[in-house]
Amino acid sequence: MLTTVYALLYYVAFAVFAGGIAWRVYEYAKTPQPANIVTTPAPVTRAGVVWRMFKEVLFFESLWKSNKWIWIFAQLFHASLWLILVRHARYFIDPVPALVVLAQPFGKYAGLTFVLGALGLLARRMFVARVRYISAPSDYLMLLLFLGIGISGLSMTFVNPVDIVGVKAFFLGLMTFNWQPLPGSPALLIHLGLVALWMLIFPFSKLVHAPGVFFSPTRNMVDNPREKFRPVPWMPAVSEVSFDPPHGTRK
Amino acid sequence: MAEDYKVIEELTTEEAQTDPLYVPEPVDGASEHIRSFPAAAEFEEKLGYPGERPANWQEVALNKMDELRGKFRSFRLFLDICVKCGACTDKCHYYMGTADPNNMPVGRQDLLRSVYRRYFTLPGKWFPSLVGARDLTEEVLDEWYTYYFQCSECRRCSVFCPYGIDTAEITMAAREILDSVGYGMKYTNEIIGKVFDIGNNLGLPKPALQSTLEDLEEEIEEDTGVPVRLPLDEPADILLVTPSADFFAEPHIDGLIGYAKVFHATGAKWTLSSYASEAANFAMFIGSYENMRRIALRIRKAAIDLGVKRIIIGECGHAWRAAYQFLNTLAGPCDFLDPKYPVPQHICEYTWDAIQAGKQKFDKSQNDHIKLTYHDSCNVARASRMGDYPGGQFDIPRNIIKAVCNNFYEMPEGTTREATLCCGGGGGLLTDDIMEIRKKGGSPRMKALKQARDEYGVNKMAAICAICKSQFTKIMPDHGFAVDDIMSVHQLVSNAIILPGSEQEKELMEEQTEERADAAE
Ligand code: SF4
Ligand code: SF4
Repeated sequence: MLTTVYALLYYVAFAVFAGGIAWRVYEYAKTPQPANIVTTPAPVTRAGVVWRMFKEVLFFESLWKSNKWIWIFAQLFHASLWLILVRHARYFIDPVPALVVLAQPFGKYAGLTFVLGALGLLARRMFVARVRYISAPSDYLMLLLFLGIGISGLSMTFVNPVDIVGVKAFFLGLMTFNWQPLPGSPALLIHLGLVALWMLIFPFSKLVHAPGVFFSPTRNMVDNPREKFRPVPWMPAVSEVSFDPPHGTRK
Repeated sequence: MAEDYKVIEELTTEEAQTDPLYVPEPVDGASEHIRSFPAAAEFEEKLGYPGERPANWQEVALNKMDELRGKFRSFRLFLDICVKCGACTDKCHYYMGTADPNNMPVGRQDLLRSVYRRYFTLPGKWFPSLVGARDLTEEVLDEWYTYYFQCSECRRCSVFCPYGIDTAEITMAAREILDSVGYGMKYTNEIIGKVFDIGNNLGLPKPALQSTLEDLEEEIEEDTGVPVRLPLDEPADILLVTPSADFFAEPHIDGLIGYAKVFHATGAKWTLSSYASEAANFAMFIGSYENMRRIALRIRKAAIDLGVKRIIIGECGHAWRAAYQFLNTLAGPCDFLDPKYPVPQHICEYTWDAIQAGKQKFDKSQNDHIKLTYHDSCNVARASRMGDYPGGQFDIPRNIIKAVCNNFYEMPEGTTREATLCCGGGGGLLTDDIMEIRKKGGSPRMKALKQARDEYGVNKMAAICAICKSQFTKIMPDHGFAVDDIMSVHQLVSNAIILPGSEQEKELMEEQTEERADAAE
């Protein structure tokens, strides 16, 4: 029963997650950006833009300029998240790749820094009046969701180990449509339930900042409006327009 | 500051009065009373908007929002991806100056985002209060009008947002939506109407322009003994398009004299156009591509009619953005111009090239009474470039200044270059209706200026933006400066340039002969 519920939940969650993100990316990709509105100073070459985006996405360059506290918590949070994701790949891939084995010891402790980062962000949200003002209930819940995922995960790593061989069998089974029983540990069920929830809301929430940042026109455009002509797709070509008459000639 | 302005206790403390980047705690509604006058029906209609608010205005506004999110990736994306991290909350000069949380960039975005969420996203449709979504009501519309006209579209927030979210894009879209239901701003929209009718923001018809330019020619000749021309509507190689304030306001006009002297000294064949007698493009402020294009096309037509090879833009911040980022897109391709030159060019690029060529003589001592600082105008800093490398827009004006002026000092770090603080009057807010927001929004810049004064004895500030210059003449007197302590960069050039055959050249030569004679003795 439990296995069936979680198996179905994960199929749905994955479909919504992957389909939702694909749909979002499609929307952003197809929506035109008529003028070049890059925030300057900006790179004047494509390679320069790649470098700018790289610094932005991995090192949060703008955030660094802007607020060191948010930067620290956000880096703790996101860098830990990357490590955790890599580490978790061991539950989906057999045999486990070398990189994932390498990440294992760090990944274990990344759970702690992840929770620390989320707590820092939560504290800012609660105690800095400006940030409190802009926070909706969903902004708090999102952090609580992450904390829930992190703490339930940590409890399995450090307090109550679960049958990870069984967990791996369950996920490999999901992927090959050959269902295997899910170990029934409460911490695991909470952990997996919250992760599924996270996948379900991802495409409909501010979490789309992850794919979205790559489409940000103030960051991803080359500073070349004088060199490169970009017509407005919904406006007639300049050969088809009429000009205002000079002053004094209008009837 | 006038007494009837709203006083925020926290902002009266010593620290708040001296630290240019001081960030107050939010005070709800602190600037909700500052509202510009809406446009009359006649002016809305002239721009293609309804004169009256339609009965089904909600539907119209929401349709407009839907249309805009299909036309502009910036708008759609920025509404979606803000994570409410708060990094931008202390970056807006209007927030720093008013403490009103709706003037925090993300606060300003949320005024519209809350409605977008309600009607265009699943969570907003299903759980509005959970995600801070709200219905589009009359109060919301009024709130938009109030606060979207307290944004100067300066893009300071976009520099600091981890996703580059540019509140200016949201402001422009909001103003376009407001206009779509006949709720435009009097100041901006009347000005745009004047450009359509006459060709410039000031409504100066050709004869008035002609006589102003003739007066200036006389003035220059009296001053220098050289017949420097300011040609209007003459066939030429260079079309100069400059903000019309240059024809008439101080210190702008001294900048225009400076351009004319540089053109004269370099032997350029140049002209102004009465048809395109405006570089400013206020339609950018209201986010209207259609109206913006109508203005941009005037430049194209003038350039073709006058048979020029290059287009050069005078000192103006948003006009330089409108030219740099938009002219090609809206009125290009400009393949009838000489491909050797970028389209368009900035007057500072032209002057700096001329200085580098080394043929011009300058007497820097003419500016020795000045201890100068330089204000980076927002749109120049964050929405354009000069020269061929990123950041040229910061260096080229400074290079010119240093070539013509001996005493130059920077304002404190964090208030210049890409982090520059707005003058407080940009984005279409340069109207006396809302002097309170202009003064409060300008206060961070004023504090930075005062630091430079206290530290280095700075007594003048130069800028290359018509709006900045006008705004500063209004707000600097509140801070112990004189009206004429704001200068055009080309005014400094004008002071120092030695035109061949001029009185100044003679004087300089005499001085040098005397010096040599003294030395010989
Ligand atoms: S910095 Fe950007 S993401 Fe953060 S709150 Fe401001 S607009 Fe949103
Ligand atoms: S664009 Fe400038 S004025 Fe507008 S919200 Fe951002 S910082 Fe403030």
